[in-house]
Amino acid sequence: MIEANSLSGPLDPAPEAGWVDAPPRLGFFTDTSVCIGCKACEVACKEWNGVPDSGFDLLGMSYDNTGALTANSWRHVAFVEQPRPAGHRTAPFAGNPTGEAVSPASAAVAAGTAADTGTTPGMPAGQPAAAARMAGGPEFLGMPGAQPPGRGTGPESRTDFRWLMMSDVCKHCTHAACLDVCPTGSLFRTEFGTVVVQEDICNGCGYCISACPYGVIDQRKGDGRAWKCTLCYDRLGAGQTPACAQACPTESIQFGPVDELRERAAQRVAALHERGVPEARLYGHDPTDGVGGDGAFFLLLDEPEVYGLPPDPVVTTRDLPKMWKRAGLAALAMAAAAVAAFVGGSS
Amino acid sequence: MAEAHPVGFQWVMEAKLRGAKVFHVDPRFTRTSALADTYLPIRAGTDIALLGGIVHYILDNQLDFREYVLAYTNAATIVSEEFADTEDLDGFFSGYDPGTEAYNQRSWQYAGQEDTTGYRAAHEERDVAAGLRHESHGIPVGGQVQRDETLQHPRCVYQLLRRHFARYTPEMVERTCGIPREKFLELARAWTENSGRERTGVLIYSVGWTQHSVGVQYIRTGAIIQLLLGNMGRPGGGVLALRGHASIQGSTDIPTLFNLLPGYLPMPHCTHHTTFTDWVDAIRHPGQKGFWSGARAFGASLLKAYWGDAATPENDFCYGYLPRMTGDHGTYQTVLNMIDGKVKGYFLLGQNPAVGSAHGKAQRLGMANLDWLVVRDLFMIESATFWQNSPEVETGEIVPEECRTEVFFIPAASHVEKEGTFTQTQRLLQWREKALDPPADARSELWFFFHLGRIIREKLAASDRHRDRPVLDLAWDYPTHGEHAEPSAEAVLKEINGYEVATGRPLSAFTEAKDDGSTVVGCWIYTGVYADGVNQAARRKSRHDQDWVAAEWGWAWPANRRILYNRASADPDGRPWSERKKYVWWDADRAEWTGYDVPDFEKTKPPTYRPPEGASGVQGLAGDDAFIMQGDGKGWLYVPSGLQDGPMPTHYEPAESPIRNPLYGQQANPTRKVYGHPVNSVNPSPPQSHTDVFPYVFTVSRLTEHHTAGGMSRMVSRLAELQPEMFVEVSPELAGELGLDHLGWAHLISGRAAIEARVLVTDRLTPLRLDGRVVHQVWLPYHFGREGIVTGDSVNDLFGITLDPNVLIQESKVGTCDIRPGRRPTGAALLALVDDYRRRAGLTGGRPPIVTTDAPEREG
Repeated sequence: MIEANSLSGPLDPAPEAGWVDAPPRLGFFTDTSVCIGCKACEVACKEWNGVPDSGFDLLGMSYDNTGALTANSWRHVAFVEQPRPAGHRTAPFAGNPTGEAVSPASAAVAAGTAADTGTTPGMPAGQPAAAARMAGGPEFLGMPGAQPPGRGTGPESRTDFRWLMMSDVCKHCTHAACLDVCPTGSLFRTEFGTVVVQEDICNGCGYCISACPYGVIDQRKGDGRAWKCTLCYDRLGAGQTPACAQACPTESIQFGPVDELRERAAQRVAALHERGVPEARLYGHDPTDGVGGDGAFFLLLDEPEVYGLPPDPVVTTRDLPKMWKRAGLAALAMAAAAVAAFVGGSS
Repeated sequence: MAEAHPVGFQWVMEAKLRGAKVFHVDPRFTRTSALADTYLPIRAGTDIALLGGIVHYILDNQLDFREYVLAYTNAATIVSEEFADTEDLDGFFSGYDPGTEAYNQRSWQYAGQEDTTGYRAAHEERDVAAGLRHESHGIPVGGQVQRDETLQHPRCVYQLLRRHFARYTPEMVERTCGIPREKFLELARAWTENSGRERTGVLIYSVGWTQHSVGVQYIRTGAIIQLLLGNMGRPGGGVLALRGHASIQGSTDIPTLFNLLPGYLPMPHCTHHTTFTDWVDAIRHPGQKGFWSGARAFGASLLKAYWGDAATPENDFCYGYLPRMTGDHGTYQTVLNMIDGKVKGYFLLGQNPAVGSAHGKAQRLGMANLDWLVVRDLFMIESATFWQNSPEVETGEIVPEECRTEVFFIPAASHVEKEGTFTQTQRLLQWREKALDPPADARSELWFFFHLGRIIREKLAASDRHRDRPVLDLAWDYPTHGEHAEPSAEAVLKEINGYEVATGRPLSAFTEAKDDGSTVVGCWIYTGVYADGVNQAARRKSRHDQDWVAAEWGWAWPANRRILYNRASADPDGRPWSERKKYVWWDADRAEWTGYDVPDFEKTKPPTYRPPEGASGVQGLAGDDAFIMQGDGKGWLYVPSGLQDGPMPTHYEPAESPIRNPLYGQQANPTRKVYGHPVNSVNPSPPQSHTDVFPYVFTVSRLTEHHTAGGMSRMVSRLAELQPEMFVEVSPELAGELGLDHLGWAHLISGRAAIEARVLVTDRLTPLRLDGRVVHQVWLPYHFGREGIVTGDSVNDLFGITLDPNVLIQESKVGTCDIRPGRRPTGAALLALVDDYRRRAGLTGGRPPIVTTDAPEREG
């Protein structure tokens, strides 16, 4: 019977979780190609959900001073500065007396700095080399830090530049490992197919943290409980739009039935390709991916890693059935051996 | 725009979705640049050179919308033969008087009008920022002009423009602005290709554009382009000013300015407007054409609103009670007067000059030398705590125990805690309801001033002194409600709209205003907002339930007109220029103007109407005089009077610049307003000596995450955490030159102050190449100060005080400085550092040289 439990593959999560006559699955489509980085989503989320501050440190990650999705930041706008062309645009610094690009070096400096977000694991110092690679783009091979910014001796001068912005959020996975591992039942699947932590039940065990393939969920210090985006469960219940989507001025964050959003997203990608933006691609939209598709998915303009997203997320509980089977076989074998030993011993 | 007006930017994104091409010109690559199709980095303070280049491109390639230009602008009008251009006088127009540092504008007039457009001494006009009066209209000029319809006459405006802008070539743009030629041409091509019969283009700017010593002329240059391309008075066109705060438009319509009364009526001047008739005639210019002929009715009805029953035709409606200007009472003159002990008390509402105004030290020293200061704000801002927490307290220049100013901090209600209207950039009034009660003792401005007035009147009630009559005779009788006796904002709106005294019937249009005391009108341009006794500003009909003009959302002045001068959206014969851009047109069958918007023209005046000889006022306007508030009915490519610094825009360098003016011998605006006060100084610019002391250009503006001087954002954790520290953005090239590290510290020094900031080394900034020379500029946000959850040094402390001559706005978007790695010194060492720079730069106080001479000179 373990085989029948759907821990991977496409499915509609709410009925699967036992909801009868569940409404259509609701989610977000975040189109980063129209994000202007205003952070209204972050503010609206905190305001509506009463989320505390996540520290007052200048992070130097471009205009991102939030740093990561944490228990104290349920929306996070990432800013990536890249000396790369944006297909359809004129090179911003063509003709200016520029030298080598500094984006990789600055990103590396910022990544090497930890900040206290008031949560665990929060935002520990990251990997400067990886951050530099992301800012430099796939072709970037140099190791920043060898030269102070601007003192490079290379002949190349930067002319291209683009500034990526992306509002990240809990993905509300079809197969949510956080929910699978939660021992108290605090994490549950709602009738809208979303994944929500019940704050009055969470006991702060932290299993969900290591289970999340995206590193979204973490614990609030002092409080100990896990917190994350609820997709504004209370607002959905009242027929309202989640606070972040409501506040977004450019409709970068779109809210609605996931089926409709997937259709809209496919059209948007096609339109962008037609307009000379071949780098546009969807992320988290595919029901056959490692988490069965995300309830909150994205249109990106670069590789997912550039935005701090895992390229190929897999629900961490995917292999549980196989593991149980192996464990079961192993147990049987052990039992057989024990029996054999007794039998043997008595003989 | 995405940076400072993210909500408005959604419409740019929508336009982009429909195929619009977005160009963004900015010294730094911002969130707007990230979404633009083409970004052009520019040297701060050189916008006239860039836009002048576009004018040149249009004229050189004959790309103007000729039919429009001939019919609706003053291109064909002949200018006085006394006029001489900057081309002839190396950066000066004719009429400059070095004694007053102002122009006699006689020679700028249209031919034949040299003697009829009598103008007062220009330097007196400058002191009272007379240019501000023209926000809703142009200066009246004689309607009968000489024209050359072939545009060949050497003194017609078209030829004058050609000659004036002849040197603004793409090469000159590159040398002046640092914008490479190809980039410039891309902009010029796109702008011109997207204008004409079938297409229109829009120019959007924000308040930072105005904050230059040539700010008004920036906007003039934009207006010239839009007129040449036929983009005015038509849908999808125009020059859009995004104002810096909610309702800045409202605060000039119903002004918080020293020189204006509601509806852009001028505040009377003590010598020029002795009597009511003097004042009214100065506005309406008897005998000239246009809509200002109603000024007597607007003036009388305003005075009736102020003094009610006491205002009668016999006593000139209490005109004698109105305060009079005697000269410059602007905010900067007032601050210098405070330092000199000439001001006793000061009300500060909704602003934080200790952080937000140029020359922060002057602001704080001024406020520290008052008898009393009233600060009304949401939070305890720097302008209320400067006496105990400011850079001057650290250096010992202000000693808390000895500071004589008694500060009264009075908590204010926020915009969601009171009702009223906002007037936004499209002149649209939108009513907002109160969402919740203000906390504790916080109250609305309306409550504060009504009850302050009430209490003062009670205290004076027994007085029989003549000087108290203006206060005691005020009509001060607004209905109140609730436990705090909150005055009715709707009652105020009704008074602003205007009503008949006898019946109380609200007026529907400003044409109903009377000059016999039978009407009250608080602000004539707003008449109609309470038509039929209905709060028209509160209308909220969805755009999906009406046509695209959405005339039933809010109410726009004047007369709910959404696009001004929309007569120009039809051709001279009254037909739409094109089906695609159809907006307002003449319906010959019904013999009236009709269309999607309220026509900005007399409804039944046919396109063929020609005024009889000697007609004045509205009758003087011909059927194709689309720009009805202008004395000649035309859009002005050339401004014969009303501007201090010239009839055509001219590139001058900012008051502080490391660059010698590439276009003219005259370095900076020769009419700019300067103050020779000892606290003020201007860093040297070429050809002065010591310009190498302050080699870098700095510019300041906003971040999305904070609001203006930070009083509403640094105090709120949700916003403060998003941009938690003062920083300076530098290019990798400059960081290399100075040894600055990402996330390290730097300090910046000007002749006024030294401030410190964290360093962001970013590819979003670039050096510029000008004529073989590389110029570095840095950018800083101006939101930081000493109070709040997040704090930092204030960049406006670096600026000195130099003002635009037309409207007296400060040049606070560009200056020069030096930059050093590391943190700044503190205490006495900080003063010593600035003093050392001043000594090396030869800054000894006094007035900077206004007229540029070739020999290097020193301030002194």
